[in-house]
Amino acid sequence: MTDAAYSPARLPGWLSALRNIFAYLLRSPTSAFGLAVIAILVLTAILAPWIATHDPFTQNLDNVLQPPGNGHLFGTDELGRDIFSRLVYGARITLRIIFLVSVVVGPIGLIVGATAGYVGGWMDAVLMRVTDIFLAFPSLILSLAFVAALGPSLNNAIIAIALTSWPPIARLARAETMTFRKADYIAAARLQGASPMRIILKSIIPMCLPSVAIRLTLNMATVILTAAGLGFLGLGAQPPEPEWGAMIATGRRYMIDSWWLVACPGVAILCVSLAFNLLGDGLRDALDPKQMNRR
Amino acid sequence: MTASLEIRDLSITFGEGPDAVKVLPSVSFSVAPGECFGLVGESGSGKSTVLRCVSLLTTIWSGEVRIDGRDLRGLPLKQRCRLIQMVFQDPYGSLHPRQSVRTTLAEPLRIHGLDDHEGRMKRAMIDVGLPVDFLDRFPHQLSGGQRQRVAIARALILEPALLLLDEPTSALDVSVQAEILNLLARLREERGLTYVMVTHDLAVVDHMCDRFAVMLHGEITEILPREAILGNQATHPYARELIAASLDYEGRA
Repeated sequence: MTDAAYSPARLPGWLSALRNIFAYLLRSPTSAFGLAVIAILVLTAILAPWIATHDPFTQNLDNVLQPPGNGHLFGTDELGRDIFSRLVYGARITLRIIFLVSVVVGPIGLIVGATAGYVGGWMDAVLMRVTDIFLAFPSLILSLAFVAALGPSLNNAIIAIALTSWPPIARLARAETMTFRKADYIAAARLQGASPMRIILKSIIPMCLPSVAIRLTLNMATVILTAAGLGFLGLGAQPPEPEWGAMIATGRRYMIDSWWLVACPGVAILCVSLAFNLLGDGLRDALDPKQMNRR
Repeated sequence: MTASLEIRDLSITFGEGPDAVKVLPSVSFSVAPGECFGLVGESGSGKSTVLRCVSLLTTIWSGEVRIDGRDLRGLPLKQRCRLIQMVFQDPYGSLHPRQSVRTTLAEPLRIHGLDDHEGRMKRAMIDVGLPVDFLDRFPHQLSGGQRQRVAIARALILEPALLLLDEPTSALDVSVQAEILNLLARLREERGLTYVMVTHDLAVVDHMCDRFAVMLHGEITEILPREAILGNQATHPYARELIAASLDYEGRA
């Protein structure tokens, strides 16, 4: 049987589950706020050229450190660049960081955790000790070390953040796996001759997915903050890239007289990381197995 | 397709030397092709452990298990899967909660590279008395009895000769129990399957099994034919006590 033969029957199930999750999220004000902010962020990133009022890179030295108003919504920075436009384009960088980190971290954490939990024995010991080593460092310090070794750039910052944020996911996936590795449906899969690899991929990972998705969403706030921190220390996005953390770093010198230089990107970081936290909380309720039964 | 089962000195021991703990001292019995063999006994007497050993879900046993005269441990995995399948006690825990019935049934077919998936799945559904459009349902959309039927369909889709039944009805409603037992009896008749059935319930043994073994503390006290239940013809004191208690209960009920 080909995939096409049964996908029409399956797709509505997936879609309706997705619709249910969205409906559930919109019912509670906090997760609805999170969802709205993230929707705005995504739309802003996609439509940046149309939303931005100015070119984020054009300098105008006759017009530096202008307060908000006068044709510049959030004022201008020390080189006369429009802060609003830079924030809008910065949304693209933020989203790129979040997306790439999640795409790398999710699968690595899932596979390491599920393998350690299911196979057990020496495999578990080796994988978990490696995880422990990564967890023993504060994540910002470890990413600092990685970026310092790889050289400062946005892509290296993404790699460094990914390298430091998979261990909690792996721990979580392992703990989840341990709770059902002895379940009858896993035993049934073994009796059907499924290889350990097949059991991990087809039976265990789908069971771990909801909690890992929640954890990843909650993690995104940390990722944004770490990326901003690296940007602030000059190890993330390099000038003139409009990365929010880097904007705060350069604005710091003018902070006393021109508050808008740091306040605007600061509020943007705050809103987005708060939104991901609230969305993660909402997802935890929405993906709760007890809720699943109602669908 | 049918197969005999022969178990000789099946035992599980933890530790070595004088401190060794025998969990399952020694179990021996044989089941003829097409027979239904019951294992009864109190909780913790090792009934389910015997099934887990025969299915190789537990591998730390010693002794000999032969299927159709062939050594169980010597059989390649895929061949073994097509000879032995198992139906578990709890239909709420034995189906993957995120897989539809279709996925549950298609997985073994894919693993073994069998052809005609759609046809085989449809036949399996019809065989266990479920409508074919239940294929697209998920376990949480099914009742306990329907789930157990799906579990039986999953076990039978690889066309095994020997079916291990681990209290297949104890988690079900009384009215559904009878349906499942009748379904199992019909399938055995149609396909000549060999059953090894663990149960608490002597009434189930009386309904289904040709012979049964009474287990106590990991040992078989006595192997009796079904007819021995009614007059309580057991000779071992524990088996007598068990059957007497059951008859007493049935009589009062």
